[in-house]
Amino acid sequence: MRGLSAGRFASIARKELLQLRRDRLTLAMMAGLPVMQLLLFGYAINTDVRHIPTIVLDHDRSRASRDFARSMEATGFYRLVGEVESYDEISRALRSGAARVALVVPPRYSSDLSRGRTARIQLVVDGSDPQTVASATNTAVSLAAARSSELLVARMVESGGQPVPMPLEVEPTTWYNQDLRTATYVVPGLVGVILTMTMVALTSMALARERERGTLEQLIVSPVRRVELVLGKIFPYVAIGYVQMTLVLAVGKLVFDVPLVGSIALLYVLALLFIAANLALGLFFSTLAKTQQQAMQMSFFFLLPNILLSGFMFPYEAMPEPARWLAQALPLTHFLRIVRGITLKGSSFADVASELVWMGAIFVALVTLASLRFRKKLV
Amino acid sequence: MTSEVVVHTEHLSRRFGELVAVRDVSLDVERGEIFGVLGPNGAGKSTTIRMLCGILDPSGGRGTVVGYDIQREPERIKERIGYMTQRFSLYEDLTVEENLAFYSGIYGIGRRARRTRIDEVARTTGLDARRRQIAGTLSGGWKQRVALACATIHQPPLLFLDEPTAGVDPVSRREFWDQIHRISSGGTTVLVTTHYMDEAERCHRIAFIFGGSLLDVGTPAQVVSRRGLRVAEVRVDRPLDAALALREHPGVDEVAHFGNDLRVAARGGADPEALALEVLGPRGVRVLESRSTRTTVEDAFVSVVRSQERAS
Repeated sequence: MRGLSAGRFASIARKELLQLRRDRLTLAMMAGLPVMQLLLFGYAINTDVRHIPTIVLDHDRSRASRDFARSMEATGFYRLVGEVESYDEISRALRSGAARVALVVPPRYSSDLSRGRTARIQLVVDGSDPQTVASATNTAVSLAAARSSELLVARMVESGGQPVPMPLEVEPTTWYNQDLRTATYVVPGLVGVILTMTMVALTSMALARERERGTLEQLIVSPVRRVELVLGKIFPYVAIGYVQMTLVLAVGKLVFDVPLVGSIALLYVLALLFIAANLALGLFFSTLAKTQQQAMQMSFFFLLPNILLSGFMFPYEAMPEPARWLAQALPLTHFLRIVRGITLKGSSFADVASELVWMGAIFVALVTLASLRFRKKLV
Repeated sequence: MTSEVVVHTEHLSRRFGELVAVRDVSLDVERGEIFGVLGPNGAGKSTTIRMLCGILDPSGGRGTVVGYDIQREPERIKERIGYMTQRFSLYEDLTVEENLAFYSGIYGIGRRARRTRIDEVARTTGLDARRRQIAGTLSGGWKQRVALACATIHQPPLLFLDEPTAGVDPVSRREFWDQIHRISSGGTTVLVTTHYMDEAERCHRIAFIFGGSLLDVGTPAQVVSRRGLRVAEVRVDRPLDAALALREHPGVDEVAHFGNDLRVAARGGADPEALALEVLGPRGVRVLESRSTRTTVEDAFVSVVRSQERAS
């Protein structure tokens, strides 16, 4: 084994940088993509259900029934958009999308209440969007429960009894991301998604491009070593990865007020392993792809499970077992836990060490695969 | 000058699945010579060169290049050879100078030596005025010059040129061959493949390769004389009929149309002019004019390939 040459490595890295500088479109994409994604995901994706359009079919037309409807609106989950006269109108409104929820108050609502009988209120919910259903019913049920206990206490006082404390009470206290804002959750995750997207795509295309243009053959007949070639090609993209990461975190902080609780330095150090894993994967793709187009397709194909399974959009805990196994094999799954841990909760190195072990194992596996595939031979 | 073998192969073979691309090729190339490998497309020329460069493993046989075994020490070989293909593997989005600088870095030329070496190469190849031009905007002939400059930037003792003149205009081709001769006069061995037969005449020695097999090796004059052909240009009044009639004659090796004339090659030292009169007279085809002419490498090559085709 002869020694590696810093000169050859530098020549390759300098050449990649020169080519990048001339490729304005790619450069613009690399800066534009993170910002665009950030704004899109940050503003548009919002899993907080609020202001669900709600209609009321009030058979009772009493002060009590109007009170209940108003208290629903006061939660912020429902927005009263009108009154209707019949179930037919309800079904029309749900079908057309004018309303997602309908509140039906029966004729004897207020009289049942005042006589101490159980008053029933019906909530009709459009089930085509399960997330809305869950939020809408949960809120209504807890609203009714709260109202019931108020009424119970009032009746006990009326009948001369002593008010007794609640037998059981849950007092939810949210630590980290107290307002439960989606942006706070999504933006740190975006760091991982954007790095996956650009790192894999760029590296997989970098070697495929040399192959396509015939320059790879020229490199293979030169004394350049595999490691020099691979590291030289990867190096500029690592730098780009860090620029993108900084961009996302900065815009996230300034525009979306995403907290950066933990050590940013720690995040930057740990990100190196994640970037390296993605680059190794891109390199592996590039040994499979004959053309840049194939390399691009593979990168996109890879991106989809990342977005769906990594916990970026859907909670990891909600996925069935096999999907979770698959998710464990994705570097993004582990990086998301690291980046969210550090930025939102201020996790320390020890807190994320297990994720790091996973990522390290994935990296080693990918590098082994890539170097097994990539040889300085034509066939 | 004592002869020194730079490229040596013994029964070199390569198969791709069922296809035998190179079969049993044994040859020696000596230091300082321009060695031409001739053959039609698909004859196995590129495959042979790739094995010699150490980027393709042979399926059989062995070989040494600049003293190193092609299978065991390919990286040693790669430091000591230059390689250029018809694809002119330049980075089209880099300037001429950036390309030269890149390859000098790859071949381990130190920073200070790099400047002088690039200046020198740019001067000798006439690239000085275009150093800052983006390589992709050059014409074919200029790209070829840059590619040659890149392949020789580290002054390798052995230069492989794989169809370097394919798709380049005749004037550029001629200038290119002048360059090759200049490089060779400096002691560099050149192994070049081509299917242009006029280029073959500019090599010191040539090898015919067809269907993966080596058919003949020698100086152009030796290879030509070994075929024992005599060639005449014959003008007749009905060239198509004449060609048909002549081809049936066992003494005729090949008949080709060259403008108004027929180029007739006769085997075994027979006189093609006499043969033409003898064959065409009884058929009422009039010979208007004829003169004997030099037998070219192309005549010899076609003859070798035809006899090979007849044999199989």
